[in-house]
Amino acid sequence: MSIETSPLGVLAIIAVMALVTLATRWGGPFLMSYVTINPRIESFINTMASSVLIAILTPMAITGDLGARVALGTTGLLMLVLHKPLPSIAAGIAAAAAARYFF
Amino acid sequence: MNNSSSSAVYRLDPARVRGEFLRLLPISLFVIAFGTAFGLAAVQKGILPLEATFMSVLVFAGASQFAALELWGDQVALLPLMAITFAINSRHILMGASLYPMLRDMKTSQRYGLLLVLTDANWAIAAQDYQNGRRNLEVILGGGIVLWLAWLIGTLLGVYFGGLLAHPEQYGLDMVLGCFLLAMALGGRKNPRVLLAWIVAAAAAMAAYWWLPPHTHVVVGALAGGVVGFFWLERKTDEH
Repeated sequence: MSIETSPLGVLAIIAVMALVTLATRWGGPFLMSYVTINPRIESFINTMASSVLIAILTPMAITGDLGARVALGTTGLLMLVLHKPLPSIAAGIAAAAAARYFF
Repeated sequence: MNNSSSSAVYRLDPARVRGEFLRLLPISLFVIAFGTAFGLAAVQKGILPLEATFMSVLVFAGASQFAALELWGDQVALLPLMAITFAINSRHILMGASLYPMLRDMKTSQRYGLLLVLTDANWAIAAQDYQNGRRNLEVILGGGIVLWLAWLIGTLLGVYFGGLLAHPEQYGLDMVLGCFLLAMALGGRKNPRVLLAWIVAAAAAMAAYWWLPPHTHVVVGALAGGVVGFFWLERKTDEH
């Protein structure tokens, strides 16, 4: 089944995307309201939470171009040394721009 | 401040909501650049400026909006559109679930209202704060609103003046979210248990990236990391 990209069709497409996305935003806490939270479940969701970031970042670093790797490497290193997010992020972005300019 | 009491109702502090709005203002400037890139890509696909803006306002999920453009033509296939949107945004389910220990202390209407603006950057801060013993749902609301405004403004700029920023990656702008999320991950608590979870999550994410259907790697990796926490419980220590 397809939706035509007529003015009305585009509205329908946007509505479908908005509803699916809303379901993902509401779904987690809604499902959790049926789960009894014990220390084991709490440990699961806490570890899962920090793993979300790693699961986003790893393919970005491994399959990314040189700029992407240099950016993440710079931010990571500075963050470990300085513990200051904003300078670390800014340096990472600048490093990506520089790497792409020169190579 | 008592962080362990879960019977008390969580009331949002308006002053802190404003503070978090301002705290995410710098990163929002970069989100404007992303929004610009989306707006430009959308009009290049033949989507009207108003339609693209409407999409950003209602969907507010950049990666899935870019993916929808890939499906764009005279017609858009409904099932692939729903499947891809769901797959890319399914990380919200896990993100929302991880906030549940705080959200359950909140009035239902407030809880679901707040979740309308749940996205990667404000969630990453709330999750990091929670790991460090601070309950911060104000950042979901205040940070979410500023990020949403930035996404809207960016899209508007893109659909009308997109040519000004045709290649955001030249300036490293495509790495803003990646660098931000990395800084958040490294600013959280680190111990052997978390490290093992990260290794498992990274390996599972890559396996899913290469061998499972597209866009499943975040959920697969995160759940795999969570399994480590399920079996390896943290020893109870006093928060200092």
